Amino acid sequence: MPIGDMLLRSVDDSQINTVFPNTFNEYKKWDKKKDELPPEEVYKALFEELAYGEKIQVGRALTRMNYSKSGWKSLIKKTSREIKKIVKKNEFPDSYKNFLIETNEKWADPTYWYAVGQMVNTKTPIYYYNAIDRTYDENQNVVQQIENRRVYVQTWIKTFKVSVYVTFFCLILGFPVAHLLANLPLRYSNLLMIFVLLPFWTSLLVRTTAWIIMLQQNGVINGILVWLGVISEDGRIQMVYNETGTLIAMTQILLPFMILPLYSVMRVIPKSHMRAAQNLGAKPALAFWKVYLPQTIPGMSAGGLLVFVLAIGYFITPELVGGKDGKLIGSWIAYHLKTTLNWGLCAALGAILLGIMLVFYWLYNKIVGIDNIKLG
Amino acid sequence: MNSETEKTFVKFEKIDKSYDGEVLVVKNLNLDIAKGEFVTMLGPSGSGKTTTLMMLAGFETPTNGEIFLDGMPISKIPPYEREIGMVFQNYALFPHMTVQENLAFPLEVRKMSKQDTKEKVQKALDMVELGEFGTRFPAQLSGGQQQRVALSRALVFEPRLVLMDEPLGALDKNLREQMQYEIKHIHNRIGITVVYVTHDQSEALTMSNRIAVFNDGLVQQLSTPDILYEKPENSFVAQFIGENNRMTGTIKSMENNYCSVELENGAGIVKALKVNVGNVGEKTQLSVRPERVSLGSEGNGENVFTGKVEELIYLGDHIRVRLDVCGNNEFIVKVPNEGSFNYNEGDFIKLNWNPDDIRALDIPK
Repeated sequence: MPIGDMLLRSVDDSQINTVFPNTFNEYKKWDKKKDELPPEEVYKALFEELAYGEKIQVGRALTRMNYSKSGWKSLIKKTSREIKKIVKKNEFPDSYKNFLIETNEKWADPTYWYAVGQMVNTKTPIYYYNAIDRTYDENQNVVQQIENRRVYVQTWIKTFKVSVYVTFFCLILGFPVAHLLANLPLRYSNLLMIFVLLPFWTSLLVRTTAWIIMLQQNGVINGILVWLGVISEDGRIQMVYNETGTLIAMTQILLPFMILPLYSVMRVIPKSHMRAAQNLGAKPALAFWKVYLPQTIPGMSAGGLLVFVLAIGYFITPELVGGKDGKLIGSWIAYHLKTTLNWGLCAALGAILLGIMLVFYWLYNKIVGIDNIKLG
Repeated sequence: MNSETEKTFVKFEKIDKSYDGEVLVVKNLNLDIAKGEFVTMLGPSGSGKTTTLMMLAGFETPTNGEIFLDGMPISKIPPYEREIGMVFQNYALFPHMTVQENLAFPLEVRKMSKQDTKEKVQKALDMVELGEFGTRFPAQLSGGQQQRVALSRALVFEPRLVLMDEPLGALDKNLREQMQYEIKHIHNRIGITVVYVTHDQSEALTMSNRIAVFNDGLVQQLSTPDILYEKPENSFVAQFIGENNRMTGTIKSMENNYCSVELENGAGIVKALKVNVGNVGEKTQLSVRPERVSLGSEGNGENVFTGKVEELIYLGDHIRVRLDVCGNNEFIVKVPNEGSFNYNEGDFIKLNWNPDDIRALDIPK
């Protein structure tokens, strides 16, 4: 249900239609030509709907209108004030078109009307275009956003990069740990397992903040490095509020999700397999490569998929540790959800994320086979 | 097969093994195995037999002593250079490889050509009658088939020696018996030296040329199956191999190869073969096989006792009679079913045995 709602919302554009139904109806009838203004009927419908429309609904519609062309909001606000003034006096203009153009010369600017064109349908792909830095130009063609508004493509790439790196580092770090856990006598491995699970018992926020303390320029790690003389006092390394910080903190936080599936798979690989391989003449390294490693693939892929999925939608850690250039797509979703209230864009970003995950899942199933996943 | 006349192929010399530096799991092991011999290490779990096998395979190092293979000390040789095949308890087939790939593995690591590998693999599979199963994965085979794959994998690279660590433990009874013969036949056919570990005495008796009975880190007795069964040298071997009736008593007198033993609770005096006893006045445990006791008072008049029938179990070819004799109510006699047995539970019955069949042994610790 929530997913369905999100998918609907990502293409939904009905809000504005309920506020300006007549205007849009008239607009649809208009035979649009380049550099021409719409006919009198469109202006009339707009005038009436602004005069009698409910203020809250109009406000919401304006937010939406501003997405397609900035300036709409202030234009309508100003205009509707003028309209209300004369409506109070019960004066009606002869030509609504001329009246509006007199109030504000922007009404004579055809680009505003082109923008309306994006909104007349109740379904729109605009949010999806926005989510990949595309928008409509005057002629309803899909074009790139102007340069200083292009943020999403770059963020998508970064999100991928970070997720892939985090998955990779988790695998590199998690494999030996899981191997150790799986092969130690039970009483030692239980103790170690507690250390692996310990982070789960602390709040995510605490762990993330702890990383800030560790990594910041006056933090623990820099302090130790300076004390050891590895770096000079001026050469303190910037490790937090950038991508490095995001990578380090996310790897640590997501590491258990790699270790646990790996561990559960490794635990059931009989020790006799390595022995058998050596007995048959393979050196330990070859035995590991040919016999042990292939058997851990279900664990590696389960852990990898889990970490990747979590990393790609991760939000709190990159938000706190990442600073400006460590921001991932999750942060943008949260930003639009809470600050700009552009839920359509949120839904579109979310839907793309979901789509990507499904593609990965499909790819994974093709390559490894989903039946091979083992979580425990 | 007699190891003294044949050239020694595997030699354990004064082997000690300890895992923690305190408890010895194998104590002063000396064992010679001849080429082509089928030797079984038999013993209860924790007796050190598997540890001994692992030392031979190279997965454990002896704490003291040296193992020689074909005259060469092998303690310093890593397992992958020993050229010893091994069948593991749970087969240890590689689940991600097909049967063929499993068998080809030892040949590939030896850099054998593709053509030769293919031929050898096929030959090895045919030997265990699995020629058509090459493309299957181990999980698609039955337990017995997996067992045979494991066996042929251990043989395919023509090792100098094959070790088997309770290879039939996971199979059901019928299959186990069938596989015993199969392994035995393969051994006879290719003449390879086999060291076999099991805790199943009937398995050991069926297959082996010689059996080393392990207990408590020591080899209790090393003999051919018949000697082990008929002439156990101590009470552990007597008890571990086959069934036996035990009685304890004190030695009264000794003459030649025999001794007279007064049973506990004044249940009578038994004349027994002197095998592993101390001096007059010391305690001893007597052991007699159930099939060596006969009913009635015939015989040469020695060791005639009366027992009360406690339980009768009809087993078709023979009847198992549990008696209360000389204060031991677990005394078993196997009576061949010749149609003349007509006692009931509660009856008193005369029985006797030959002094040569009852062995006076040590008191178990």
